[in-house]
Amino acid sequence: MEERYLRNLGPLTEAEQALLASKTVFLAGLGGLGGHLLEHMLRLGVGAIVTADGDRFTPSNLNRQLLATEDAMGQPKAQAAAERAAAVNPSVRVTVVSTPLTARNRDALLAGCDLALDGLDNLEARRILAAGCDRAGIPLVHGGIRDWCAQVAVIPPGSGLLDRIYPPHLSELSPSGTVSPVPAWCAAVQAAQALCLLCGRPAPLWGKLLAADLLYGEQEILPL
Amino acid sequence: MLEVRLFATLRQGREKVYHLDAAGFPDGTAVLDHLHIPKEEVAIFLRNGFHRPTDTALADGDIVAIFPPTGGG
Repeated sequence: MEERYLRNLGPLTEAEQALLASKTVFLAGLGGLGGHLLEHMLRLGVGAIVTADGDRFTPSNLNRQLLATEDAMGQPKAQAAAERAAAVNPSVRVTVVSTPLTARNRDALLAGCDLALDGLDNLEARRILAAGCDRAGIPLVHGGIRDWCAQVAVIPPGSGLLDRIYPPHLSELSPSGTVSPVPAWCAAVQAAQALCLLCGRPAPLWGKLLAADLLYGEQEILPL
Repeated sequence: MLEVRLFATLRQGREKVYHLDAAGFPDGTAVLDHLHIPKEEVAIFLRNGFHRPTDTALADGDIVAIFPPTGGG
């Protein structure tokens, strides 16, 4: 085993660490959630990451997005992701796409992936991603943030449970603020769920939604 | 009596929990109107722990939980 993974042992077995290296994850979005999710996947040591984001960094990203730095202003987020991956763990095969996820490119992006991580910030793209996961037969580890609040769910393929979280009557959401601990917390919970799935363990939030309010220190787990 | 629990941003400018006389609130829509919560701000509406549409009928003793959409990333 590579020395870099020694401190993963305990929480993970050697067999699980080796299994991770055979797994591919799709990461949709490289903003507040996506930057942290990328970091977790790199340090855990998954085999490959495919990620897509068509945005470039702006100063308003600096309050919460891990990949946003002063030097990166104006750069594509996908470029920053590739550079971070090379700096943290070059053994992970990383494919970055600097265009947004669409109904046209999703099947190609999801092909061969074991699960998808939701780092998106809008309902339309989430619905496209969920439909793609259904077609690919892979689980979607959903995350969403707003204000002081975060939510995480593991959506089984074909379950249609994203509609329980975002009913069809909901149209697009207006952009809202949040603070740095919220995406960090949310992405950590998402990454832990993904880690369970990738290691073949049960994911505690399979078919459930964890809703957290960091302002009050409260969490609720809801059936979906 | 109805117990209505609000979550996340629905708490802004409101209480976390309301206890309402069930006689005045035949369904979820009446509760939303009373609390000035637009339907677009309701993503999840639970009656006694089960997902229901917002216009679902309510009865004395029910516990309602309402969550707004949380969709940023």
